[in-house]
Amino acid sequence: MPSASNPYLFLALMLAAGLVFCLGMLGLARLWAVWVSPPKPGPTKGAAYECGLAPQGDVRIRFQSQYYLYAIIFLVFDVETVFLLPFAVSFTGLAPGAFVAIMVFLLLLVEGLVWAWGKGLLRWR
Amino acid sequence: MDEGLRSELSRQGVFATTIQDLYNWGCRNSLWPLNFGLACCAIEMIAASMARFDIARFGAEVFRPSPRQADLMIVAGTVTKKMAPQVVRLYNQMPEPKYVIAMGACAISGGPFKRGYNVLKGIDRYVPVDVHIPGCPPRPEALLHALITLQEKIASRKLTGPSRARAFQEEAPGEFPVPEYGPYDLVPAKNTDLWRPKPITRNE
Repeated sequence: MPSASNPYLFLALMLAAGLVFCLGMLGLARLWAVWVSPPKPGPTKGAAYECGLAPQGDVRIRFQSQYYLYAIIFLVFDVETVFLLPFAVSFTGLAPGAFVAIMVFLLLLVEGLVWAWGKGLLRWR
Repeated sequence: MDEGLRSELSRQGVFATTIQDLYNWGCRNSLWPLNFGLACCAIEMIAASMARFDIARFGAEVFRPSPRQADLMIVAGTVTKKMAPQVVRLYNQMPEPKYVIAMGACAISGGPFKRGYNVLKGIDRYVPVDVHIPGCPPRPEALLHALITLQEKIASRKLTGPSRARAFQEEAPGEFPVPEYGPYDLVPAKNTDLWRPKPITRNE
C-alpha cells in the first residue's frame, strides 16, 4: 500500500487526479469550442444582463453604504445568539479561562450594542 | 456507423454510439428553459412544471432566471411591441445552442389580439422559432408535446457537414438585431433574413 510508505502520498495523488480531471474537462470544452461549436460573442450577448432591458451605465458602480448600521446590529445580535446558547448550556462546567474569554467576547458585543443605542438606532420610528 | 453492425453489437451487450449521438442525447435531455412568462400561457407553463404534469420527466425542469444559463426560450404569451425588444435581447444573451418554443396563438401570430395596435404578430419575426404550439392557451400536455418534438429535432441534428445545425455554423449569426420603437411601429418591423412568409395567392 502506498499509504503505508508515506501517509501523505494519497493526498498528493488525489490533488493530482483532481487537477487532471478539472484541467482535462476545461481542455475538452476548449477543443469542443474549436472543432464543433464556434463561440459567437456579440455586443448584446456580452452586455450586462438587466432583465432584458438595455443596460444603462457601468456595471462596476459604487454601492451606497447607508445600511451598514443594520448590518452591524444584525452582526451583534446574530453572533451573540450563536455563542450565547452553547455558553448557557455549558455554563456550570466552564473553566475559568473559558469563562473570562466568553465574557470578553460578550463585552465587545455589548459595547457595540451600547454604541448603537447611544446613536439612537434602537428607536423605532 | 452501420446500423446492422450496431444492432449486432447491441445483441452481444456492446453499446456503440457516435459522439454526435452522445452529445445530442445529453443536450436534449437537459434543456434548461429561461424563466419568464409574458401572459396567461405562462400559467400553463407553470402548471407543466408542477407535480401533475411534471416537465422534469423530460429533463427540462430547471427554469433559469438568467439567460446565461438557459438554452431554451419558451415564449409563453402575448408579445407586445413594448416587450418584443426585451424578448429579442434575452434571446441574444442566451448561449448557443439555443432553442425557442413559441407557445400559444399570441406568440405565433398575435392570436386574438392580432388586430391590436400594440401586439406583435408573431415572435418568429425576430427570433428563429423551432416549435410552434397552437392553442389559446395550450394545455400543459401540448407544451410537453412541443418539448418532445424539440427533443426529436435535437436528436437528429448534425454537428458537422454542410447541413449542420445553425449553432455550429461559424458564419451563422449568434444574435439578431433588437428592434426599437419607431413613431408607428417597431423598427424594423420584421427581420427579413429570418421571416419569409409564403406569399398568399388567390385563385380567382
